[in-house]
Amino acid sequence: MRVVIDLTRCQGYGQCAYLAPEVFTMHGDEAVAYDPEPDDAQREHVLRAAAACPVQALHVDRNTMRHWTAPVRRLGDGSGGIVRDGHIVIVGGSLAGGRAAGVLRREGFTGRLTVIGEETHEPYDRPPLSKQILTRRVPAEHARLPRLREVEADWIPGNPATGLDLATKTVRLADGREVAFDRVLIATGTRARPWPNEAEAALEGVHVLRTLEDATGLREALAAGPERVLVIGGGFTGSEVASACRELGLPVTLVERGPAPLVGALGGVIGRIAGGIQRDHGVDLRCGVTVTALEDDGAGRLRRARLSDGSTVEAQVAVVALGAVRNVEWLRGSGLAAGPWGVACDAGCRAVDVNGLVTDDVFVAGDIARFPHPVFHYQFMALEHWGNAVAQAEVAAHNMVSDQAHRWPHLSLPVFWSSQFGINIKSVGVPTLADQLVVTQGSVAERRFVAVYGYKGRITAAVTFDQAIWLEFYQRLIERAAPFPPDFRHVDMRRDTGPVPAEVPERALAGEGATVVVTGHDPAERSASLLYGGEA
Amino acid sequence: MASDDVFRQILDPAGRADPYPLYAELRETPVFRREDGTWVVSTYREIVELLHDPRISSDRRNLAHRPEGDVADGMGGVSFITTDPPEHDRLRRLAVRHFGPPHSAGRVESLRPEMLAITTELIDGLTGHTRADLVDEIAYPLPVTVICRLLGVPREDEPRFHAWADAVVESLGPGEEDRAEREQARAEAISKLQTYLADLAAARRDAPGDDLLSGLVTYEGPEGRMSPVEVIATSALLLIAGHETTVNLITNGMLTLLRHPELIKRLRAEPDLIVTTVEELLRYEPPVHFLSSRVALADIPIAGTTIPAGAPVVLVLASGSRDPAHVSHPDTFDPDRRYSEHLGFGGGIHYCFGAALARLEGQIVLQQLVNRLVNPRLVEDPPPYRPSATLRGPRHLLVDFEAVNPASP
Repeated sequence: MRVVIDLTRCQGYGQCAYLAPEVFTMHGDEAVAYDPEPDDAQREHVLRAAAACPVQALHVDRNTMRHWTAPVRRLGDGSGGIVRDGHIVIVGGSLAGGRAAGVLRREGFTGRLTVIGEETHEPYDRPPLSKQILTRRVPAEHARLPRLREVEADWIPGNPATGLDLATKTVRLADGREVAFDRVLIATGTRARPWPNEAEAALEGVHVLRTLEDATGLREALAAGPERVLVIGGGFTGSEVASACRELGLPVTLVERGPAPLVGALGGVIGRIAGGIQRDHGVDLRCGVTVTALEDDGAGRLRRARLSDGSTVEAQVAVVALGAVRNVEWLRGSGLAAGPWGVACDAGCRAVDVNGLVTDDVFVAGDIARFPHPVFHYQFMALEHWGNAVAQAEVAAHNMVSDQAHRWPHLSLPVFWSSQFGINIKSVGVPTLADQLVVTQGSVAERRFVAVYGYKGRITAAVTFDQAIWLEFYQRLIERAAPFPPDFRHVDMRRDTGPVPAEVPERALAGEGATVVVTGHDPAERSASLLYGGEA
Repeated sequence: MASDDVFRQILDPAGRADPYPLYAELRETPVFRREDGTWVVSTYREIVELLHDPRISSDRRNLAHRPEGDVADGMGGVSFITTDPPEHDRLRRLAVRHFGPPHSAGRVESLRPEMLAITTELIDGLTGHTRADLVDEIAYPLPVTVICRLLGVPREDEPRFHAWADAVVESLGPGEEDRAEREQARAEAISKLQTYLADLAAARRDAPGDDLLSGLVTYEGPEGRMSPVEVIATSALLLIAGHETTVNLITNGMLTLLRHPELIKRLRAEPDLIVTTVEELLRYEPPVHFLSSRVALADIPIAGTTIPAGAPVVLVLASGSRDPAHVSHPDTFDPDRRYSEHLGFGGGIHYCFGAALARLEGQIVLQQLVNRLVNPRLVEDPPPYRPSATLRGPRHLLVDFEAVNPASP
């Protein structure tokens, strides 16, 4: 049987761990880890756990993430404006693509459905790859997501798309095949950013972590008991890998270019707290430095790293956790507004072309989609979050089969989570859109708290450490543009200090994008085009 | 105001058998103010919001106007049910440590064989009879035996604290007008219970066992330990809650199943069905209907009105779970619902401490009753109810049956 917990919804009640303790385990107060493919002998326990979940975040053998208990209200004539026929092609068979396929069928699409995937296996869940799979609590192959196969679709695995032709409405595949579509969903996601030096990246012992194969390889490397693991990059993936290493009892050095881990996502104040937690758990944390070289032992194996401060770290395993690169290369020349920042789309997930025009039949979802968010000044945002992939795939799939009177906007606030060092970190809103933050509930010293972020006098985000149960309250404050700092009385008010600068990084600009050039004079002939480096 | 009349009818024991049409009337004004200044919340969305709102306190000392004699700690001293974070969190963590994950993850599951054995024995006791009061003979003894075993309270002392627990529970409920009087009655019962538990705790401190009470008195960790007063308050809370809630789940459950004979047939044939049946019971006929001791700490704008700081707030959980804006066909008992979210155990940080235990007890005993009672029928419908509007359930549930099947191995 297959199990997935929607950790965006999960509030850490722990009921699953009471009723199926062999499958679900709590780490600390709130963080839950589980075996995504438990033994059939656990079936009764898992069903009890799923039924008991107070927020119904636990899915068994079903690829359903969104659930209504009340009837869905449809506008207009009651038919829902559903377009039931035609051929829909989904490019990308991971979380967003798989989810969209399920939603299309649920919405009543009865036409032909094709899913094109780069990877050869069924969709799997990535969050466990940096956690329970690295620590060997569960086998790697258990990460498969529930039952995409049960969705009636033509499944083309191991054959990445190499091009998109909007004029002929076809997708080109690596093997030369062309697949025609009526509507297409782009959900090709991201890949791990590789170590920039190819020769060093090829050394035995140098790993990235994005795919199931990556996780399997890293898990074996860690199982061999290296004397030290070097983690390059202190974002969420790097921090979770460091946490897994410490759980395995392995010495680990984490090198972060910024002043603290998690700074890029949560700012300097919370980053320093995360850094303190890492040090308390025995991580050798080096901030404000970079790795300048990875050196081999003369036999093609990693031996040590040189750092920018002149020091060296002896390590047999290095994990390069420098973020992700969006898989957009195949869209080059397609006429879509695609680049390192993602594929631009409207709030309804319809792709935007290079002129800024919204397309009719091309949709985008997941890590790759860059959409304007009304709550955040209509900024175009691409969110690499599990919950966003699910929510956006839902909206995209719905809109692909709905007429314009029935389309939905993707308005959900970003929510993400990370569990590391026995602490469940959750975030709602956009913490990087902030000038100040204040700890409203709980205590930083106890490492259980709610931090609220504000920008120009309104609340823009909240981050919880082991306090996820309060997150939705703050989500509503963000949605209502409530004033910052919060001025009401509430429980667990231990405000030792007022608001402090949030220390969020300057917005990073994509450095390698194309140049936009506008040509023509009359409205009918004016158009934009993208120029890539080296092109004239 | 119409809603105030409706609420008075809800509290009136005469209407105990079916408060649900009254709840539907309440929901026409999702958040309304009673004449006595209490704010009543009856719709699902608003209840869930307030359960997760840090501006809501569970500590009645925050009331703007406390009735004279209000003791604020209705369950007998400072326990997690009447406190807010950080005290609440500390006390609950210190209690969970000996009951659930992560430190005692398998504890509830490990009680399953014993629950099954107790259930078997209780139903065996019906053999040779053709009529039984399921309240007195099954639904009350099972959870009491389990909570005594878990807590480390001698079962033979049960008649002594049975009366105290009843007195405490019958004095619970919404409404401010007679609260001082009720709290007085409760205080007396609690004082006796506390004396009893203090002696027991002292004995466990000297000779600890593997029970929860021994854990509470002996554990000391980075957060310190429970004070003797806190140990007594916590164990009193668990003892009372363990006594007075699961009994309603079981009897409301049998009552509902006997009103749906086709489900009894299905339950005999489909062993997985009992799990979602118990969930649906928690939605449809929950043991606890109100949370009535919450207080607004700040002005809370909600559902087009504002609950003022210092006001008492009542959350009508049983109404929220039947809100048609949340669940389709709310008045239909349907164990095949998918993704049913309900308020049967409340929500937020005060979510029922013993939920997992209650679920397992409910699943085991209802399945066994369904399997073993041959052709069970209700003797009277509706049955007589206990007076409490908060902890609502039959006082007796007389059932006729032809025979009792032997327990399957």
